[in-house]
Amino acid sequence: MKRWLLLGLLVCSGAQAADDLVARGKYLTILGDCAACHTRKDGPELAGGVPLDSGFGTIYSRNITPDVQTGIGGWTADQFYRAMHSGRSADGSHLYPAFPYPYFTHMTRADDDAIFAYLKTVPAVSYKPPPNKLPFPLNIRGLMSIWNALYFTQGEYKPDPARSAAWNRGAYLVTGLGHCGGCHTPKDWLMGDENDRALSGGVVEHWFAADLTGNTRGGLASWSANDTIEYLKTGRNARATASGPMGEVAELSTSQTSDADLAAIAEYIKSLAPSAQKQPSAPDPAAMHSGEAIFVDACASCHLAGGKGQPYLFPPLAGNASVQGSDPTTIVRLVLDGSRSPSTAARPTPNAMPAFGWKLDDRQVADVVTYVRNSWGNAGEPVEAGAVAKLRKR
Amino acid sequence: MKNPDVVLIGFGWTGAIMAERLTAAGLNVLAIERGGWRDTPNNFATTFDQDELRYMWRHRLFENVAHDTLTFRNNTSQVALPMRRLGSFLPGTGVGGAGVHWNGQVWRFLPSDFKALSHNRERYGQAAIGDMTIADYPVSYDDLEKHYDTFEYLCGVSGKAGNLNGAIQPGGNPFEGPRSREYPNPPLDMTYGPMLFAKAAQEAGYHPFVHPAANMSRAYTNPLGVQMGECTYCGFCEKFGCGNYSKASPQATILPVLMRRPNFKLITHCEVTRIELDSTRKRATGVTYVDDKGKERFQPAELVMLTAYILHNVRLLLLSGIGAPYDPQSGTGVIGKNYAYQITSSVNVFYDDKITNPFIGAGALGMIIDDFNGDNFDHSGLGFIGGGYIGVVNTGARPIETHPVPKGVPAWGAEWKKAVARNYLRMVSIATHGAVMSHRGNYLDLDPTYKDAFGRPLLRMTFDYTDNEHRMSDYLTDRATDVAKRMGARDVSPKKRTGAYSIVPYQTTHNTGGAMMGDDPRTSAVNRYLQSWDVSNLFVTGSAVYPQNAGYNPTGTLAALAYWSADAVVNRYLKAPGPLI
Repeated sequence: MKRWLLLGLLVCSGAQAADDLVARGKYLTILGDCAACHTRKDGPELAGGVPLDSGFGTIYSRNITPDVQTGIGGWTADQFYRAMHSGRSADGSHLYPAFPYPYFTHMTRADDDAIFAYLKTVPAVSYKPPPNKLPFPLNIRGLMSIWNALYFTQGEYKPDPARSAAWNRGAYLVTGLGHCGGCHTPKDWLMGDENDRALSGGVVEHWFAADLTGNTRGGLASWSANDTIEYLKTGRNARATASGPMGEVAELSTSQTSDADLAAIAEYIKSLAPSAQKQPSAPDPAAMHSGEAIFVDACASCHLAGGKGQPYLFPPLAGNASVQGSDPTTIVRLVLDGSRSPSTAARPTPNAMPAFGWKLDDRQVADVVTYVRNSWGNAGEPVEAGAVAKLRKR
Repeated sequence: MKNPDVVLIGFGWTGAIMAERLTAAGLNVLAIERGGWRDTPNNFATTFDQDELRYMWRHRLFENVAHDTLTFRNNTSQVALPMRRLGSFLPGTGVGGAGVHWNGQVWRFLPSDFKALSHNRERYGQAAIGDMTIADYPVSYDDLEKHYDTFEYLCGVSGKAGNLNGAIQPGGNPFEGPRSREYPNPPLDMTYGPMLFAKAAQEAGYHPFVHPAANMSRAYTNPLGVQMGECTYCGFCEKFGCGNYSKASPQATILPVLMRRPNFKLITHCEVTRIELDSTRKRATGVTYVDDKGKERFQPAELVMLTAYILHNVRLLLLSGIGAPYDPQSGTGVIGKNYAYQITSSVNVFYDDKITNPFIGAGALGMIIDDFNGDNFDHSGLGFIGGGYIGVVNTGARPIETHPVPKGVPAWGAEWKKAVARNYLRMVSIATHGAVMSHRGNYLDLDPTYKDAFGRPLLRMTFDYTDNEHRMSDYLTDRATDVAKRMGARDVSPKKRTGAYSIVPYQTTHNTGGAMMGDDPRTSAVNRYLQSWDVSNLFVTGSAVYPQNAGYNPTGTLAALAYWSADAVVNRYLKAPGPLI
């Protein structure tokens, strides 16, 4: 009798451990924002097929549901770990770094196993994504061995004993599963990370992902750790609102990250040394004059006079990091296309900026952007009409 | 949603309020809306919202009369004809309903407004009531106080309390019923015209106060966590959406939270054509609707709520054969009975030496006196009951619609143009906004001749002002003229409301009655919880339930009644479904 009881307890605690593993895997899957690339809009969860612009051609994400034929149902935990850690598929072939294994390689085996355990529990979907559209010779996967030799350093994250446990946790998440550098680190011509300028801002899919370092203009020098936590948790803070792909990251991922992990991420980000700062050229007074008129007419109703904004609602433009970014892509694009802030449990209102592209021409957009980048104490390289025209045509 | 607990017919203010309350209580709620989805960034963006031609003149946000309209006559001796262009009132269509294009004027009725029959009879005798069909509301001001408060905090109303728990407050309306706390936001910044009126009214011995406004005087986060922005005084509220998140609407206050709830579903471009009953005809089984492809479908439900505009609520009751239709000859029946409206007039004031910039506006930006509303003054010997407020509300003086000129100026041509140019920036318009009591001959029924796009009879409105309304409105206009004459202007041009009611010029979208609430199933359509006397799993919201109208804009009270009804559903009906009385 006692033996049966003991056995029952063992089975139960075994089941409990498996549940915990799956729950942790789910948490990590959300933290890594796997759905952003692996779930199509209104499509089945994690069934892949999302087109990703690699810079050279379109890569379609994989089906990572447990369907045996089209998903990863036939994979073992070892094969999954190898994909995450080494960038190799189940058959040993190279994966493209659109799948961010250069970051995932820093993760522990235990975390990879948890994610794998969770992926086994999502509904299996039989779906084969379209074939990639890559030009020769990039359609030869073997060539990735050259790319790896240039850019990929395999190996799990090594904690820095001189730093706090929270800082190390933050570094592990930011440089690993969170793959923040995927957007926020500038890329060279082969789409490899410029690691000496890590997290100082990068252009991805026609958005400029902001400089996360302590740069005083385009960076987050003025943000406290709490500002960063609040931004990630709610999609906005008193200084900024997540927009574009970051809005999606906030909605799908960081708003569901634990407070402890957000604090760790914030501590790590706060410690990043300021990126190099270049003195911008002086703006053309005529552009500033025209930009001011457009600002008063079109922008001030929400962002208010002096660009002071309405905190948490319509972001202040004075002192705003994105506004003064080293690259104006995001700010130009916001004016052209508008944007909607994410809807999170804490901040449900999806406030939006309307598109102005249909009523302002390239010169006018350039002028108003130049004006907000160079008013109220802001400083940013003036924007030319040609740059606006390029973004309009993208 | 396969088996919703609740089906809402129409998705404006009361639909959104009901959906929010009932989903919060854990019910599965399906809202069926005949129009389309509308939200701030896509439909009311600041880049195109202030377009008077599109919205005011071309009626882009209002119901489409080619699809569905009503017929109208002043009395039963006339043949009613269909309205082929909306005029006197402007019902909405689409998500948010008329709650999208209202002004944001949020009022509470006076405590005595809820006792229109007994209070007036007691003070002035039965003779003062005459043959009016007015009745007491089966709820009191005290019943609704906390629900008024809920709506005002939801909307972030800017204002100044006049009566806090019985203590009269300087700067507020001293006549209002006691409120439990101050408004959530301070008053809007006031413009010149309303201030000139307030100063003169004060000197005349009246009690001016700031109009309560669902236009934000500052950024606001409501109790649901939804955020609103500071109003820019652009002057495009009435007949327009708000692109600045500054005017309360279902979109700006409830939908961001509601649309995230998994137990809520909204279907648009689907129009309910009938409420279906079981063989006992005492229970609704669901609704029949026509979907966006023109296909007729049946949607079962445990609970049905009529949350459309008053005219559609009454018509759907008539089309579904719920409750006895009202017969003005015999005075029997309840559905369509006690239709009422509002009576307005104006006094325009023109200056030479003052620039009033009337284009700086917001839907409820103004100064008001309530000295002649409801029973705030002695009606002895005046020959009428009821009243209204008088005030200057700078809604924006939009240029296509607004070009007042003094009396005596030609209605067109060079002289008229010169007068418009001379006066536009130098005028103040005082408005009176009066109650309409219920009368035996004013009612709603189904038209015998005209049909809508689905072949259903149109609603027929039979309505005229009576001597009571004209005397009351003339009295208010005279009082407004008294104040106007103290304003030191070059010209004062009163414009009384004369003759029979005309449905053509725009007045107010403040239609009421037709499914009145009451204590007696023989004389009312719904009980004090807005539950149908005949079909206990059917509730009717909106101003259709008003036994008669008061001198205020109706939205505050119909929203408070929706919260009151939702409370009764959650706390009483769900525990024991069936008649609550």
